[in-house]
Amino acid sequence: MSQPPHTHGPHTSRLSRLVNIGIPYLWLGLFFLLPFVIVLQISVAEPALAQPPYTQLWEWVEDGLLQIQINLQNFMLIWEDEIYLAAFLNSLWVAFVCTLICLLLGYPMAYAIATAPERRRTPLLMLIILPFWTSFLIRVYAWIGILNTNGLLNHFLLWLGVIDEPLQILHTQTAVYIGVVYSYLPFMILPLYANLTRLDPTLLEAAADLGCRPLRAFLRVTLPLSMAGIIAGSMLVFIPVVGEFVIPDLLGSPGSLMVGKLLWTEFFSNKDWPLASALAIVLLGTLVVPFVLMQRLQQNMDENQT
Amino acid sequence: MKRRSWPLLGILAFGYAFLYVPILLLILYSFNESRLVTVWSGFSFKWYGELMHNHQLLDAAWLSVRVAATNASVAIVLGTLAANALVRHGRFRGRSGFELLLTAPLVMPDVIIGLSLLLLFVAMQHTIGWPDGRGFTTITIAHITFSTAYVAVVVRSRLAQMDRSLEEAAMDLGARPLGVYTRITLPLIAPALFSGWLLAFTLSLDDLVIASFVSGPGSTTLPMVVYSSVRMGVSPQINALATLIVAVVTLAVLIAGISLRRDSKR
Repeated sequence: MSQPPHTHGPHTSRLSRLVNIGIPYLWLGLFFLLPFVIVLQISVAEPALAQPPYTQLWEWVEDGLLQIQINLQNFMLIWEDEIYLAAFLNSLWVAFVCTLICLLLGYPMAYAIATAPERRRTPLLMLIILPFWTSFLIRVYAWIGILNTNGLLNHFLLWLGVIDEPLQILHTQTAVYIGVVYSYLPFMILPLYANLTRLDPTLLEAAADLGCRPLRAFLRVTLPLSMAGIIAGSMLVFIPVVGEFVIPDLLGSPGSLMVGKLLWTEFFSNKDWPLASALAIVLLGTLVVPFVLMQRLQQNMDENQT
Repeated sequence: MKRRSWPLLGILAFGYAFLYVPILLLILYSFNESRLVTVWSGFSFKWYGELMHNHQLLDAAWLSVRVAATNASVAIVLGTLAANALVRHGRFRGRSGFELLLTAPLVMPDVIIGLSLLLLFVAMQHTIGWPDGRGFTTITIAHITFSTAYVAVVVRSRLAQMDRSLEEAAMDLGARPLGVYTRITLPLIAPALFSGWLLAFTLSLDDLVIASFVSGPGSTTLPMVVYSSVRMGVSPQINALATLIVAVVTLAVLIAGISLRRDSKR
């Protein structure tokens, strides 16, 4: 992309930089970055019967001395109490399984849409996006009526004669898997589709001309070339699902442990803000690796584009 | 040499069925007279009627719409500025940090955003006395923060694809940069601005977790009311509400889709 050299005078350009870069930077710095500093600070405070319910990290004692109290108990608790470790492992497991299912279902769908005749692609894609625009909460709620012991799925299966008595699906891990895959499938399909439509079809033709069978051509040409889409889609599903609250809360069993739900309970029911903050910090730390991976990939793709 | 692959089409059909059957069932049962999902006792608008008299829910819906509209209008400005920065300002200092701040809200779990913003608001109130209590303002600020990232994605791709020859022509004719931007660039990216606004609006209307953290007593949003009634079990009023939401969204997306298509044909 070539910038016409004479377009921006140095003065207006500086102003435009200041506005375009400065204002969003300021907003996100204040309301997205700064909060994490405060979470970190409160995660090392102690809960207190006060308003707000935690001890102050520092206070001025006499003679102008600043006294700082750091309390690592919350992190010790998360490390030592099996509940928290189990919740983290379970969250990662659920996110992993659901990402895999989304990929196995989403890849063929994205591929089918990307290879459909051009005039059909937009409506097919619209149909993927449409559910994403309707309320997430209500779509999760729809599954309660379906998966209930006397819900629609059980009635249907009983009527078919596949089962003799209703299955307990609601309030199990299976229901969580179904709910997550259902809600996050579009996030997998969209980057995959974007990637697959950019694929050069002549590469496949060349492979076919050289006597490569379609399946082999897919495995050796299409699949490696769509790796960027696979990773992007997987991260868009994996990262938010690790901290998911609504789905395990509405569809999962009351005893099922996921970090997002635990954090919610510590905050709203137990009013332990420091422990909730410590959980948020650990969760954030867990997600840094997949996030950096995604970010790197995104920047590489942007550089290839321009 | 395009051949139709039946297994592929089968998976596609299954995928669409999986996405749509639950929504269709919800719509169907919103017209069911019986409270039970499994019994069809006749067609009725009864639940819609009850919905219209549920004042708690209507108040919450009104708050949610006000938050969503304010949020979308601010986020569209911030998101467009951010998109300008990314597309038009090349490699500025701090660009990778800027991109990080714009990508992170897209994937950050809601519980983390909600908790961290609440703690910020509490700390701010403690030190500078603002915001005074939590409600409309704090929910809107929280929503703008993540909506901006989504708007930036939408506007950025449109801005990057845009043909710049018109802008250059105007510049050659002596138009000032700001004039070029408002009179040429903005109209050209208008469809993206429209869908960005709509996206920010629906994201805000849909948020339960973040709003639960940053709202105060007396400011209950629609998802919060829906959530508390859903926790009690299946409620036909929620089915009716869902049907209305689906109808409005479908209409909006259709209009957006048609206007985008007409625009791309031009």
